[in-house]
Amino acid sequence: MTATLWPWAALALLGAYHGVNPGMGWLFAVARGLQEKSRRGVLSSLLPIAIGHEASIAIVVVAVSLTEQLVPPFLVRLLAALVLVSFGVYKLARPRSHPGGFGMRIGPAGLAAWSFLMSSAHGAGLMLAPVLLGLPVYATYHSLSEISLQAVAAASLHVAAMLVVMGVVAVVVYEKVGLGILRRGWFNMDLGWSFVLIASGAVTLFTAI
Amino acid sequence: MATTLLRPDQTFYPSPRLAAKAPVETLAYMVTFDPARKEPDGLVTVDVDPKSKGFGKQIGRVDAPNVGDEFHHFGWNVCSSSLCPYAAHPHLERRYLLVPGLRSSRIYVFDVKPDPKHPKLVHTIEAREIADRAGYSRPHTIHCGPDGIYVSALGNPDGDAPGGVFVIDHDTFAVKGRWELDRGPQKLAYDFWWHLGYDTAITSEWGTPKMVEGGVNPELLLAGEYGHKIHIWDLPKRRHRQEIDLGKEYQMVLELRPAHDPSKAYGFVGVVTSLKDLSASIWTWYLDGSSYKIEKVIDIPAEPADPEVLPPLLQGFKAVPPLVSDINLSLDDRWLYVSAWGTGEFLQFDVSDPFKPKKTGSVHLGGIVRKAAHQTSGPLNGGPQMVELSRDGKRAYLTNSLYASWDEQFYPEGIKSWAALINAKPEGGLSLDGGFFTTFQQRTHQIHLEAGDASSDSYCYS
Repeated sequence: MTATLWPWAALALLGAYHGVNPGMGWLFAVARGLQEKSRRGVLSSLLPIAIGHEASIAIVVVAVSLTEQLVPPFLVRLLAALVLVSFGVYKLARPRSHPGGFGMRIGPAGLAAWSFLMSSAHGAGLMLAPVLLGLPVYATYHSLSEISLQAVAAASLHVAAMLVVMGVVAVVVYEKVGLGILRRGWFNMDLGWSFVLIASGAVTLFTAI
Repeated sequence: MATTLLRPDQTFYPSPRLAAKAPVETLAYMVTFDPARKEPDGLVTVDVDPKSKGFGKQIGRVDAPNVGDEFHHFGWNVCSSSLCPYAAHPHLERRYLLVPGLRSSRIYVFDVKPDPKHPKLVHTIEAREIADRAGYSRPHTIHCGPDGIYVSALGNPDGDAPGGVFVIDHDTFAVKGRWELDRGPQKLAYDFWWHLGYDTAITSEWGTPKMVEGGVNPELLLAGEYGHKIHIWDLPKRRHRQEIDLGKEYQMVLELRPAHDPSKAYGFVGVVTSLKDLSASIWTWYLDGSSYKIEKVIDIPAEPADPEVLPPLLQGFKAVPPLVSDINLSLDDRWLYVSAWGTGEFLQFDVSDPFKPKKTGSVHLGGIVRKAAHQTSGPLNGGPQMVELSRDGKRAYLTNSLYASWDEQFYPEGIKSWAALINAKPEGGLSLDGGFFTTFQQRTHQIHLEAGDASSDSYCYS
């Protein structure tokens, strides 16, 4: 039971983590609410941000699912491990990455594009690779449709968790807490995130051997 | 070079409202320069803690390694705009002051963290790097932006137009390049700032290096050749959107002070002089539908004077022009401060209604004719010029030099430099602080306050 549950729990937790992280979206939603002076500005920002995030992780989910079809499982894990470790090392060297060309008035499509780039630069999708590989369907051969179904479920659970947490944090900050919380509570997770990327790469590597 | 913190730099504030409650400053940074270009210019630290014995006095000074830079304006590597949602980097530290030499085109980077009273020079951006990467020279205004350090420049390396804006990387201090992708009709440059909430940048106009470095050129001035326009830009797209011409009569459209509240799309700009009657003026630009408009909201008249006591440049006019050179806006967008460098007056306006300013205070210091004294000094020359305002809006710090070659034209006897403090009453009104008046060997120019002030930071949240 626990062996089949942990990947799902991990997917939801990672989603919640991205939901809490100000840099991934809720802060932008609050900013737009403040600019429009209405909660509607906050709420209408959430879905575009979630869509951008979903698109970013979908690339990894599709890549993992397709690779599964073509190469032996241990090679998939080896590949995933290599990508994770190199990306983690890259994030150690260049922790701050913010896409250029965006502003406060970018509209829903711009917001989704921004979220896509932020999530990709953050390695949000990559982090899902080892978790996906932990799902039972990936362990043995299954048809593409079975894998696809599970992949969609995995990505949806992750983004749903992100959306709920992001929405709650954004509304609570907008309505009650105020942005003063940023100064106290916006911890720098860049360093920790880089190490988590490297560590999960290492774990994936060991399970491959 | 940049260092990373575990929590956001505590000098960053999401909104101007929160920044106004920041701790009161105890230390100020001021640049001074040698007009003779024989001694190195300096970055000076001044004690501004009223409880301290050294209140108002110089505590430290670090010399530039060269002579002839002409220190002028300067700014921080990062500030509150680091909290902007679309390009957040809240864990970079506000610790470096970027000090351009307006004449040499070098930019020095000083680290104030190890010992805030004695900054250390840690990096120099040479004029060549700015010329090669951005095609500009004579760096002027520095603003820490949401995604990099923005610097305006008066011209190209030959001293001609166009002037413009370039960007410096806030991690490495490398010059990233020219900011404008499409500059439209814009040629002259001076100040710039933005409405972050509207993705809009605004630039103003003075003159090319060739038009200003030898002093104000009376022929160019009378022909209306100095800047008389502002330009509106799309900030993220880096494109010119709109040119607003105030008219050739209005010469030298300088300091831009947009509302600090990012949900407001208006701001104030000062015009040095009118060719019609030598008056100075303040204008309010504002967003009206999809385009910006501008309206004159304050007129400051010239004062009649005996030609005998006027410098040669002004004798024919028989009047002292106010010469509004610098303005500043309180963080609550309520009080506008105006320096009239010619008449030696410092004015306060209530701009709660940005189209109907009410004059609420005035003090006199220096002036071409008046030479008004401080309670602790004899007659003064120069006049209120650079003004920096504390984040709580209660204190305005003044210095009295404009620009070396122009100083000599308006104050031919040679400016004796000073710095003074003006206290602002919460309900309006100004008074000279009796305890803070200091003279300096070199010419004083811009002041910035530790951890931020009313012209150092910009905000993405209202």
